[in-house]
Amino acid sequence: MYISVEKHKDNLLIQFKGELDHHSSEIVRQKIDQQYLDHGLKNIILDLRGLTFMDSSGIGLIMGRYKNCLEKKGKMSIVNDNPHVDKILKMSGLLKIINVYPTIESAIENI
Amino acid sequence: MEKNYMKLEFLSKSSNESFARVVVAAFASQLDPTLEELSDIKTAVSEAVTNAIIHGYEYGEGIITLEAKIIDNEIEILVEDKGMGIADIKQAMEPFYTSKPNLERSGMGFTVMETFMDSLEIESKKGEGTKVRMRKKFNSLTSKE
Ligand SMILES: Nc1ncnc2c1ncn2[C@@H]1O[C@H](COP(=O)(O)OP(=O)(O)OP(=O)(O)O)[C@@H](O)[C@H]1O
Ligand SMILES: [Mg+2]
Repeated sequence: MYISVEKHKDNLLIQFKGELDHHSSEIVRQKIDQQYLDHGLKNIILDLRGLTFMDSSGIGLIMGRYKNCLEKKGKMSIVNDNPHVDKILKMSGLLKIINVYPTIESAIENI
Repeated sequence: MEKNYMKLEFLSKSSNESFARVVVAAFASQLDPTLEELSDIKTAVSEAVTNAIIHGYEYGEGIITLEAKIIDNEIEILVEDKGMGIADIKQAMEPFYTSKPNLERSGMGFTVMETFMDSLEIESKKGEGTKVRMRKKFNSLTSKE
């Protein structure tokens, strides 16, 4: 699992590459939270297009970051075009509370 | 009738989650699964193995047994641990139920297994361990040979 974490004004943009499971989610969680809290950011954008695998550990990771966002009165958006990831997201009910965009640009514009 | 079988034992380490997925995917590949079918069984195996590590052995050291059987165009997968067991299986299977909410678990594991596979059976005894048996038919293979 490889992630890049970048600041865009008061948004935190996280791009994933590889497999997001219980094993990889621990370190990912630490990296995201550290950047988000240390820099006092507001919104989180998760680009999941590079994921080749995700299970319910990914759902737990997204839910946890979403709660942090709510606490900071921020918003969360997801960038995705991957059918497997979409299937899990749908099942989790997360798509009822988080918008999904096809590109980073559209996610940033609409947040 | 086409038949095949495999059995594997490994330590309850989180780095073995991807190992278990890859093994089952490689074994299932003889059934010519579609990409979606393959990703469905990898996800289901990942859920069961992760549960054995987090809940069964509660991050301690134990052996996880993975078995897979192919009969014609169906695969049966068994994931077994000798850990703490499940007291209330019905409750455990409810969507969003988790006994470890503080660990950011979503409680979706069994729901994912049920949805992605054709059938799911759980056998468990408190203090003795848990067996998760899942089956899935692959539509891609027409057993014509
Ligand atoms: N192998 C097991 N041994 C003991 N208890 C288990 C086992 N598998 C599942 N459980 C119990 O069943 C509950 C539900 O499991 P499920 O996989 O659906 O959710 P979760 O693991 O808590 O969260 P998630 O899978 O979304 O990360 C668990 O919280 C746990 O209490
Ligand atoms: Mg689980």
